[in-house]
Amino acid sequence: MYKTEIRGPLVLGDKTYGRISQDITAPIDRRAPVWWKAAMAVSLLAATFGVIAMYVTVRYGIGTWNVNNSVAWGWEIINFVWWIGIGHAGTAFSIFLLILRQKWRTSINRAAEAMTVFAVMCAAIYPAIHMGRVWLAFYIFPYPNTRGPLWVNFNSPLFWDFIAISAYLLISASFWYFGMVPDFATIRDKTTSKFKKAIYGFFAFGWTGSSKEWLRYEALSYVLGGIAAVLVVSVHSIVSTDFASSVIPGWHATLFPPYFVVGAIFSGFAMVMTLMIIIRKAYSFQDYITDSHLNAIAKILIFVSLIMGTAYGTEVFMSWYSGNEYEMFTFFKNRITGDYSFQFWAMVTCNAIIPQLFWFKKVRKNLTIAFIISLIINVGMWYERFNIVVTSLAKDYLPSSWTTYSPTWVEIGLYIGTLGIFGIGVLFFFKFIPMIAISEVKGVLNAGKTVHKQH
Amino acid sequence: MKKYWSSLEEFENKPIQQFDETAEIREKNEILEFLQDEVSNKSSSRRDFLKFCGFSFATAAVLSSCKNPVNKAIPYLLKPEDITPGKATYYASTFYDGRDYGSILVKVRDGRPIKIEGNELSSISKGVASARIQASVLSLYDGANRLTAPLKEGKSTKWEDADKEIRSQLESISSSGEKTVLLTSSIISPSTKKLIEEFTAKYKNISHIVYDSISFSALLEANKLSFGKEVIPSYHFDKAGIIVGFNADFLGTWISPTEFSRQYADVRDVNKLRDKITRHIQFESTLTITGSNADKRYSIRPSEEGVNLINLYNELAGKAGKPALNKANGVPDIKAVADELWAKKGNALVVSGTNDVYIQLIVNSINNLLDSYTSTIDFSNSFQLFQGNDKKVNEFITDFAKGTFSAILMFNVNPAYDHPMAATFTEGIKKAKLSISFAGSQDETSMLCKYVLPTDHYLESWDDAMPKEGLFSLAQPAINKLFDTRSFQDTLIKWTGKSGDYHQYIKNYWSQNIFPKQNKIGLFEQFWDLTLQAGVLELGSASPSSSFKDDGLQSAGDSIIASSRKVQSSLPELFMYESLALGNGSNANNPWLQELPDPVSKAVWDNYAAVSPKYAAEQGLTDGDLIKIKDIEVPVLLQPGQAYGVLAVALGYGRTAAGKVGNKVGVNVFPFIVVKEGNTQYFTTGIQITKTAKKYDIARTQIHHSMEGRPIVRETKLSEYLKNPEAGNELHAEYEKNKGTLYPAVEFAGHWWAMAIDLNKCIGCNACVIGCQAENNIPVIGKDEMMKKRSMHWIRIDRYYSEDAENPEVVFQPLMCQHCDNAPCENVCPVAATTHSSEGLNQMAYNRCIGTKYCINNCPYKVRRFNWFRYADNKAFDYGTDTDLGKMVLNPDVVVRERGVVEKCSFCVQRIQDNKLKAKLEGRELKDGDIMTACMQACSSKAIVFGDKNDPNSDVSKAMQNPRNYHILEELHTLPSVGYLTKVRNQD
Repeated sequence: MYKTEIRGPLVLGDKTYGRISQDITAPIDRRAPVWWKAAMAVSLLAATFGVIAMYVTVRYGIGTWNVNNSVAWGWEIINFVWWIGIGHAGTAFSIFLLILRQKWRTSINRAAEAMTVFAVMCAAIYPAIHMGRVWLAFYIFPYPNTRGPLWVNFNSPLFWDFIAISAYLLISASFWYFGMVPDFATIRDKTTSKFKKAIYGFFAFGWTGSSKEWLRYEALSYVLGGIAAVLVVSVHSIVSTDFASSVIPGWHATLFPPYFVVGAIFSGFAMVMTLMIIIRKAYSFQDYITDSHLNAIAKILIFVSLIMGTAYGTEVFMSWYSGNEYEMFTFFKNRITGDYSFQFWAMVTCNAIIPQLFWFKKVRKNLTIAFIISLIINVGMWYERFNIVVTSLAKDYLPSSWTTYSPTWVEIGLYIGTLGIFGIGVLFFFKFIPMIAISEVKGVLNAGKTVHKQH
Repeated sequence: MKKYWSSLEEFENKPIQQFDETAEIREKNEILEFLQDEVSNKSSSRRDFLKFCGFSFATAAVLSSCKNPVNKAIPYLLKPEDITPGKATYYASTFYDGRDYGSILVKVRDGRPIKIEGNELSSISKGVASARIQASVLSLYDGANRLTAPLKEGKSTKWEDADKEIRSQLESISSSGEKTVLLTSSIISPSTKKLIEEFTAKYKNISHIVYDSISFSALLEANKLSFGKEVIPSYHFDKAGIIVGFNADFLGTWISPTEFSRQYADVRDVNKLRDKITRHIQFESTLTITGSNADKRYSIRPSEEGVNLINLYNELAGKAGKPALNKANGVPDIKAVADELWAKKGNALVVSGTNDVYIQLIVNSINNLLDSYTSTIDFSNSFQLFQGNDKKVNEFITDFAKGTFSAILMFNVNPAYDHPMAATFTEGIKKAKLSISFAGSQDETSMLCKYVLPTDHYLESWDDAMPKEGLFSLAQPAINKLFDTRSFQDTLIKWTGKSGDYHQYIKNYWSQNIFPKQNKIGLFEQFWDLTLQAGVLELGSASPSSSFKDDGLQSAGDSIIASSRKVQSSLPELFMYESLALGNGSNANNPWLQELPDPVSKAVWDNYAAVSPKYAAEQGLTDGDLIKIKDIEVPVLLQPGQAYGVLAVALGYGRTAAGKVGNKVGVNVFPFIVVKEGNTQYFTTGIQITKTAKKYDIARTQIHHSMEGRPIVRETKLSEYLKNPEAGNELHAEYEKNKGTLYPAVEFAGHWWAMAIDLNKCIGCNACVIGCQAENNIPVIGKDEMMKKRSMHWIRIDRYYSEDAENPEVVFQPLMCQHCDNAPCENVCPVAATTHSSEGLNQMAYNRCIGTKYCINNCPYKVRRFNWFRYADNKAFDYGTDTDLGKMVLNPDVVVRERGVVEKCSFCVQRIQDNKLKAKLEGRELKDGDIMTACMQACSSKAIVFGDKNDPNSDVSKAMQNPRNYHILEELHTLPSVGYLTKVRNQD
């Protein structure tokens, strides 16, 4: 049971229910601030660059990238895994904390879920666009057809990937959306604009707030939560099988599924932290996203960072312990030392060492440092994926095919483009959707307080 | 009247069951009623109407936008006798371009030549065509570059006009007593020789001068001095117990490399000969494939070669009890070499590729001491190639510049590009009243000529050849002329005022001169038809033996020592060699050859200065530095095995008028050739190099050169092998012992295709790469894409160095799809585009491939290729197949891959299928050897064997049972269908 005396209240200030609705829906009613417009402009520019890069890719072929006969996967797969990882946290956050009945999640889960949906959308762009013949992408759907019928290869991790990601996107999006229904109803009821009333009314799904509706709503949350909990673990495990089930040194490791899931949670939580600090600062939500929230995320990050460090150590140990000369080469001559040692040590420093600063309460309390560390973690996680994808392929079994890889402007453009698309999504979210789950926060307003003592 | 009945019912007077019209009408009505209901009873609104409209418009729009392009397939009204659509026809013919000779089979599909293969019946070709010869088919369709009509001062004109003008000018020149020259490459066609005689007889004062850009005139001269015969003898590497080569790249470029490499491989067959395999020692200035294959290799400066030969001679002379020559310092262990040679006296062979009479004289004397002229060198069937005499050519060019000749006619030569005195020649041609070039396409020389008369491609014309004394072959057209061209010989016939064409002329010549030489066939027409069908006629010739004279040997030795003393050893030397792909540069516009990796450096689309790593370190040079030699800038490439203090640059690059593919690729080093004692010498000493601040990128298909201690190429020494045939391959037995799987083993009931490659036989010549390229429609991608490591070749030859960086040991390993029976690529494809066939082939279904590239990543051999762009039909990759004419070279049996799909070696599945069908039609079983993959066919050293692993008697099964056999990365349990046999070096 949540004890306010020990952990402090979840919502600060003496808030009434009305005040909560008012606070949280305020950004929707207000005109967009200047920083929002500026950020939107930057995101739009970035997204336009991305769209141009996509056009070039589809029009002329992925030859416009720098991937080659040995390193056939480059930035696109790095970024795909990176986005999927980030997209992990939202749902993981909501679901695990929901199942574990951690009430403090309520003021964060909405933003985390939103982030998930946009990140997974960004991620989903890559597998499609990195296909040589994207116009035949539908071949990957297992559907009865007139070609035999010719089925997909159910043994292929890429097919599992496709199923896992589409399922995850569907469930995450539904979970996020259904969570928002009561809040949309709140906005519908409060707004004076007819236009908004119509729009939010449509999305509110005719919600009236009756007990029966709440009952079903709760049940649905738990059902979706239950499904999503499995998916959270499965989706990144399956992404990891793209690598783990191959024969390439540095990929072929049984460690990969848990390693990837933990890595994903790590990057996702870091991204949640980044966003929360922004939201809190930009919209003055200190009363809802309290220091103790960020404190809790920071503590989780330390824990996960330790797991990451252990995983890195295990990988290196296993390559030595296996006695396999190819594995040894990949880890000792091409990661720890060699052409790609910068990326390896950047990964270790950003993911396993710097987050250890969170052991200090001062660091956890200092939002600026916390913000920087949260960004560093995501940089580190990008390097981790670079390490996995590029170093293994660049120098695998036959030295005659060894090569190097660096991206072209098109590949960089695609990455910047997805950052822009993600930015646009998040900014729209800030503007049009209640960033904090109003109904749920109301539910925990008095959590742990001694209001029920009279009974 | 009889009662006719039509059914039993009628017969028995039962009522005949009538076709129940009412039932049908009822049914129809029911449907109509149903529709009636739909229309009348259901409320149909404007909304429905709009819905229907919307749907139909959308459907119509979608369907109409998916319109397929209309391709016309027009059947023959009258089918030509020898063309069956879908069936290939082979014509025996001859390739000769003034440099290489090959007796070939031209594969013709639907009237267009698509592939060149070697003629089995020729003792020179023995079924194999070199990379350059195979690639020649591509230049037939070079529409962008080939001349389509005669040119007069750069403008096109008519043949009639050109003929009239030139004939009158020639007549006036010859009647006024002015001189005319006919400059040609070596002519090996007896008919053409006779025709030239007739031509020069008709027009007075014409001198015929033979000019070979890659000259062997010193060898001719030395043989004249030693034996009184100005010929190149036949060499028999297959009879040699020991071969010592001095800058003679006899496996790559020297005289007749296809023939020599086959002989060489025969005598290196360790399975058959065991301890009798030949020992090969090579002295060379740059690392060639010949040196790469040597058991012992010495890096020497080109200027040191003579001295080393003198020392070798002295050692041998000492043993033979002959007087020694004056000495100088050379390679210290020359005594050991001499001992080895002396031990194999009677079947030893020493060759030198240096165009220096003194050196060749000493080589002759050495061979004489070793009794090689009775065994490994043979003056019967002597070569007719390379008849050029440098002295005469140089004399002519000097005179020409003075204006001695009023008219010049040139055929198959390009002195304005490839002669060291090109500038002098250019001066002369400007002074000449009449200059005519017979050329298939414009080149540096024809650009200077008043008239350029386009010749046929060799696949469009008749010809004959005598590459060796007594060995004849015929060339016949395999396609109608594509453009308004006329062969050189037809023009001569016209200008001599004769009737008929060259075809008729050859026939006459053969009936008068060659037909009588044989007595097997009595009827000329029959003789002609059979010879034409066979392509070759090998009568052979015996040469009367002539005594060896070594007059002048002492003075030759002294001259060598004198000139070697003049060399400033502190300054580097420049060594110029013929690149294996481009030769003398006449093929520079052939994109296949430009993209063919150099067998040793693996560089494409460029020449470069090869520098030894030690020397480079001393001079502060690194890979890609541009250095300046006189007025040219050339990039540095660190080449292990390169002689210290020697820069080696390939000839044949830096063309300015080759065509859009070949222009400005690399630099031209022909101007650096010096003339020494009348002979062109392909090296120069005492050069000055200056390093510039600029960098230049060289595209290479392989950038890592060490095997990193991995057991990829397994090798052993002969002494070890004789003790234990498994030597060097111990791992194989271990992996075989520990082999196991949880899954049921896959059985291949019918055929089980497999390939075995003998690493001891593979010489790394790259002929298989071009064979595969021609067979499988492999696109050319250009330097930029090569820089990005996107080579499309389905077969590549990996080359690794080991031991000392200054003089490494080299191994070659051809690598194509290994057709793993437990293929890592197959299970990762999400759409099952790559699958395993019931005959053990790893197949690609291009139509199904969506291009995830996962298979490329998961292939441990990295043999899968991706179409990053639409290479095959793309104006940005204008290497032939972007035009309709260029597409004619494509093999219709192999799919041209689209952008975005993965492709790879298919074990020439089209050939497998073709031969299976052939066997089926003939009602027999497939025999071992029926099916030859393109690479196997192109392999002069017979290193590649393909066949059915299920047939225990097949060559491939036997190879797989050989204790030398192993698979690359067999520890991964990929179960490859390609086996490799260990390399056995003839070393102790």
